[in-house]
Amino acid sequence: MKIFKIILIVFFSLGFYQLKSDEKTAAIEIKILKNIRCLICQGQSVHDSESEFAFSIKQIVKKKISEGLKEKQIYDFLKDKYGEWIVYDPGFNKNTYILWLLPLLLFFLAGAIMIKKLIFKK
Amino acid sequence: MKNKFILFALIGFLSFCFVIFYKGLDNIKIYKPKINNKKDIPVFRAKDFNSNIYIDSEKIFEKGNFYLVNIWSSWCVPCRDEHPFLMKLKEHQSVRLIGLNYRDKLNNAKNFINEFGNPYTKILIDSDGTLSVEFGAYGVPETFIINKDKKIIKKFIGPINEKIVEEIKLIIK
Amino acid sequence: MLANQIGYYSLLLGLLSSFLLCIVSAKDFNSSNNKINQNILSLSFLQLMLVVVSFLSLIISFVNSDFSNETVFNNSHTTKPLFYKISGTWGNHEGSLLLWLMVLTLFIFLFLIKSREQPKKYRILTLLFQQIIIIGFFLFVLMTSNPFNYLFPVPNEGLGLNPILQDPALAIHPPILYLGYVGTSVIFSSALAAVVLNYISKDWGQHIKKWVLVSWIFLTVGIMLGSIWAYYELGWGGFWFWDPVENISLMPWLSLTALLHCITVLEKRNMFTSWVVILSISTFTLSMCGTFLVRSGILNSIHTFANDPARGVFILIFLFVLISLSLIIFFIFQKKNYKDLQLFWLSRETSVLINNWFMMYFLSVVLIGTVYPIFLDVISSEKISVGPPFYQKLITPFLIVFLLLMSFVPRLKWIKSKIDNKNSLIIIFIISVMLSLLIIKNLKVDLLFNTILVSAAFFLFFTTLKELFDKKLNIAQTLSHFGFSLLVLSILFNSILSSETITNIKIGERYNYSNGEIFLKRIEKKKESNFESIIAYFEIKDRNSKTIELKPEIRIYNQPKTITSEADIKTSILNDKFLVMSHVKGNEYFNIRYQVKPFMIWIWTSVLLISFGGLMSLFKKKNEK
Repeated sequence: MKIFKIILIVFFSLGFYQLKSDEKTAAIEIKILKNIRCLICQGQSVHDSESEFAFSIKQIVKKKISEGLKEKQIYDFLKDKYGEWIVYDPGFNKNTYILWLLPLLLFFLAGAIMIKKLIFKK
Repeated sequence: MKNKFILFALIGFLSFCFVIFYKGLDNIKIYKPKINNKKDIPVFRAKDFNSNIYIDSEKIFEKGNFYLVNIWSSWCVPCRDEHPFLMKLKEHQSVRLIGLNYRDKLNNAKNFINEFGNPYTKILIDSDGTLSVEFGAYGVPETFIINKDKKIIKKFIGPINEKIVEEIKLIIK
Repeated sequence: MLANQIGYYSLLLGLLSSFLLCIVSAKDFNSSNNKINQNILSLSFLQLMLVVVSFLSLIISFVNSDFSNETVFNNSHTTKPLFYKISGTWGNHEGSLLLWLMVLTLFIFLFLIKSREQPKKYRILTLLFQQIIIIGFFLFVLMTSNPFNYLFPVPNEGLGLNPILQDPALAIHPPILYLGYVGTSVIFSSALAAVVLNYISKDWGQHIKKWVLVSWIFLTVGIMLGSIWAYYELGWGGFWFWDPVENISLMPWLSLTALLHCITVLEKRNMFTSWVVILSISTFTLSMCGTFLVRSGILNSIHTFANDPARGVFILIFLFVLISLSLIIFFIFQKKNYKDLQLFWLSRETSVLINNWFMMYFLSVVLIGTVYPIFLDVISSEKISVGPPFYQKLITPFLIVFLLLMSFVPRLKWIKSKIDNKNSLIIIFIISVMLSLLIIKNLKVDLLFNTILVSAAFFLFFTTLKELFDKKLNIAQTLSHFGFSLLVLSILFNSILSSETITNIKIGERYNYSNGEIFLKRIEKKKESNFESIIAYFEIKDRNSKTIELKPEIRIYNQPKTITSEADIKTSILNDKFLVMSHVKGNEYFNIRYQVKPFMIWIWTSVLLISFGGLMSLFKKKNEK
């Protein structure tokens, strides 16, 4: 048992120090485009859409990335032009506190009820 | 007693959801960006339609003048419908019309202008559509009104018509 | 013309038979006779036949392209192939509702036949509750979406079916999904009946488990078919977009999966009675909510139906009445039993509870993510989009814990148990971590998070694989769990390893991309009865200089005039090569998107494995008898 633990610890410490997030620009570009919702065909992301609008957005994202803007700055730029709606990933703000926290709250609440009702009430 | 309370709470919650969904049915499902009042004009560089020279946005828009920025294209059908109204607006001294030629072929665009007349004091080329994104547009035609303080104060999505012309006249008075 | 009339009137008669059934069964309910009145069975069969006739006559109208029928006019065209004329019957709102109705009546009839050993009162009450749903649907069809509206003057040609719906997978996807949805209605009705009669017991659990399994299998396969369709027809190479319509089919599935686990506890230990009822109610309610959200057009989605607010209002009221009714019944009749609540931490019962706990969490994420934008819009008129990143962020961390628990918790035995074979578990765990670390390190996407996720999936993969060979545990269950681990693994590697190239290309041109060369040899034009197509012949050479040929198509449909891109996919065990093209406006170039998508076939296979586990469990039950 102990040997396993030691192997495990050594392995982890060897392995993880090399793990860095190293995303290429092309990958980032696709990630951004997939996260932007198309205004013309509204069920699709810009990445999947072939509308004129999607084409323009693709161009501008490329341009902004080459200008050195970060992912978040590009989202902010687009949100400023088209509103929060344009991004598929809803930010954490006063409009979305409930959206993000309610599922987590329910999870812990359900856990608490479960323990109270079933484990301790024998 | 406790059960009854839970039941009433649940039914209350259900009714709340019912009302929300009922109201939600009437809402328009297609999203249109809100018109945020008083936005600054974006800073950009664009090619001039006639001279083919790059100009900075600061040189185009001057303080103390109303501007109307119109995004158009020769392949866009509604642009043909709104063209006569733009020609009418041209006669007003208090507003200058700037055209933004959106993803077009230069020849087609020139033919369009020659055929229907040129309402614009200046036309800029937006060959890849990025310029119109800077303005916050997402289709053709779209029209923006810029006030004397160089702020975008109004935006019209779709072709201009009689009613909108009247509205614009009121603004620029 | 005649078919139209027959269809309409047999639908009316079907509604009438519903009322008759209610009266007859209400009379029979209190009679001293121990057997169910034979008339009830005959009436139920008659009702089924009436709806079948109505459905058949709609099919005949479609086959004959009878444009005096409004539904046919809106959704068909003379040049359409026969197969799609028939499948077009349920490819539209009215026809699909008729299909719903047909399955509803079929299932209640099957229920009556298959429940002969059950108490008479319980059977009759289930029938009554089911008839409430059936009447609701009859009224819905007749009042807001009559498939037999008459058009005059009769048009010469129909408007045609949306080309992206003209597809074999989509022809069978709705019927199978509906079998799943409607199966949950039987569970709903019988759970309510059992609550009223205080019959929630081991016997009931055993009896209803078959229905749960059947609905669950159909729902699983139905969702998969929809996903396959989206994969090759929508042309983006994705198979799950977290689009509202997809979420809606996932919600009843999650609830039903929770029920499926929970019902075994009821069956074996007579516990969690209230919870089983709540799950039965919620599963069906979620299926109905799905119908409401899709058909009313309240959601903004890629899969659009023709919208009519009147339909939305009708389903909304119907849904409200159904839920309130079931809640009231539940709170009035549900008897508390505290007697069997002895639970130990390490036991089968707790493991099921944990499963349910996570299932409910996943459900709440999907549900809240789907309806939250509607609530926000109505309350504050702010508009937001909730898309894939939201679901991924909230689900994946919990999925890791879920996978880890799933690896050893199902081994626990009833009542009280301990974890045996700790050492082998630890060894498997270490192997999984090492393996995933090795794999992830060799890829370009070295992220700590990926390693943990992949390790957890591998852990489940190996433990279930080992159990499959040990054959000690319930094989059906292990198989499904094994399928689940395979599904998670395939999806993970698919998303990590997928690559794509987008470019413009013209005939005779070669394009070098990072991994090889794409060559557009030639194009060919073809004319079919209802579309013209441009077929392009591509040769793709990858680094290992293996050449494959792909032939994507652009189709120009005549009615309605639509252009679609048909992807060409070469499937192999390791990956799918996916090529789709579209025309670039105004010149001779084609815009192509070439994707290499690993393990696609494994995603489908693993879903089939999961449902096959369910099938095994169903037949095992029969053999035991």
